[in-house]
Amino acid sequence: MKKKISFRFHRRAFAYPYMIFLLLFVVVPLVIILVNAFLTDDGQHLTFAHFVEFFSNAGGGLTVLGNSLIIGAVTTLICLVIGYPCAYLLAKYHAGSKVLVLLFILPMWVNFLIRTLSTKAIFMALDVKLGMGTVLFGMVYNYLPYMILPLHTTLVSIDHSYIEAAEDLGADKLTVFLKTVLPLSLSGIISGITMTFIPAISTFAISEILSSSKIFLFGDAINMHFSKTTNSFGVGSVMSLVMLVLVIVANVIVNITNKDEEVKSSL
Amino acid sequence: MKRKNLISRICADGYLGLVLALLYLPILLIIIFSFSGNSYFSFKDGFNFDSYASLFDSEQSAGLLNALKWTAILAVSASVISTILGAFSTIGIYALGRRWKKITLTINQLPMINSEIVMAVSLMVFFAAFSFIFPQGLTRLIISHVAFCTPYVVLSILPRLQRMDPNMYEAALDLGANPFTAMLKVVFPYIMPGIVSGFAMAFTLSLDDFIITQFNKGDTGIETLSTYIYEDARVKSLEPFWFAVFSIFFVVMFTLLLIVNIKRNNTTAKEAKR
Repeated sequence: MKKKISFRFHRRAFAYPYMIFLLLFVVVPLVIILVNAFLTDDGQHLTFAHFVEFFSNAGGGLTVLGNSLIIGAVTTLICLVIGYPCAYLLAKYHAGSKVLVLLFILPMWVNFLIRTLSTKAIFMALDVKLGMGTVLFGMVYNYLPYMILPLHTTLVSIDHSYIEAAEDLGADKLTVFLKTVLPLSLSGIISGITMTFIPAISTFAISEILSSSKIFLFGDAINMHFSKTTNSFGVGSVMSLVMLVLVIVANVIVNITNKDEEVKSSL
Repeated sequence: MKRKNLISRICADGYLGLVLALLYLPILLIIIFSFSGNSYFSFKDGFNFDSYASLFDSEQSAGLLNALKWTAILAVSASVISTILGAFSTIGIYALGRRWKKITLTINQLPMINSEIVMAVSLMVFFAAFSFIFPQGLTRLIISHVAFCTPYVVLSILPRLQRMDPNMYEAALDLGANPFTAMLKVVFPYIMPGIVSGFAMAFTLSLDDFIITQFNKGDTGIETLSTYIYEDARVKSLEPFWFAVFSIFFVVMFTLLLIVNIKRNNTTAKEAKR
């Protein structure tokens, strides 16, 4: 017994280096961002000026955020409209074929710069004017796999007997879908939305490349504030905090819906 | 009824095919026209290998080689370090008390859920604040890559560890193995598939990263493939040189990913049978 206790201590100790690593390189950097948001850019004094500057829209930061939220929402909606039928049909007709599912997911592992630049080259060869349309296309093209993946995972795991039960009880196809499949795939929809929306609003480079720098999104704005030429870390830090809050809110929502699912399936 | 099923099935496959075409069309076009030797998407000069020849004698050749070298160094060292760190710490995390386990796993999730640009910026500011400890260049890049890769390694090992029968380990101890041998001969072989897929994941993530590298590379001349592409191909139109590079990249990446994924499916299928 004594030996076991001493060993348990040893095993736990394996986690300590990584816990310190996480503290140092994940938590502390975020704390520094938080502190930076309250410091003047020379780092000498406490100030709320950066918050005032951002939230009063003095540098146009709020407008950029608003535009990004709209573009992100439109991208997410298009991805959902294209992606849901995909995931549904894959689960319905090709549940056994992992390679086909893989084909839908693979593009997300090819560097997004390469894919975006390829798309741009094609648009330019076709004489398509670079602007909002091309940016939206590039966004959807980039994030569609991120929508399909979680949707497919949820849809495949739906117990088929629910659908059969609904059919036996006299529901027509549309009712079965609306009252059984759709509610059961809610957690997949929510995580798909998060996996698309968060990167879509914070990405930088996609909008820059596909609009020839005409369309400026929140990620580009953060990038600009931290670049050597502008060097306005304070406002950039405030923007990063705003982004962080969005991320946390999104994940709290995901966790709540997932918990509901767990409760439901355990009933 | 049967006929109706057939029709809806054809419609379904048609739709799936259409979306797949959308996803792969840009890639396929680049590969096809990498054999045209120009960047106008036409075969006016016929079928040739000029783009591929330009890989070796263009003004970007040296830059590309440099980028490839750093990409490889970074991906290999970051994935090896994060796999080792991840494997040991997962065993440790699994043995932690409930509260600390929860805290550690929550923080472990942060790099995965956080917006990439926020993580990149926070690391950049952190390194700048402690620049006397972390010199510009490879050190910063390896640390930041390990920071975003290790969480994935941990989460690919943890489920296997949770499924493992704790009696197996106890049995090894009862049979006279010391904790270290028991770990080496019983625990590690059992979680090996998780370690391997964690490694593959870390390697691809590091290879694929752009934003975090872009913010933390500093000006020591280190470029990875993605940052070099961004510097060179962003402003100018895409030269034939890049058509060749992208095509090779697509083919290599797809082959690798298909092999890794099919292999993983096979192992899970085998385990399911057992």
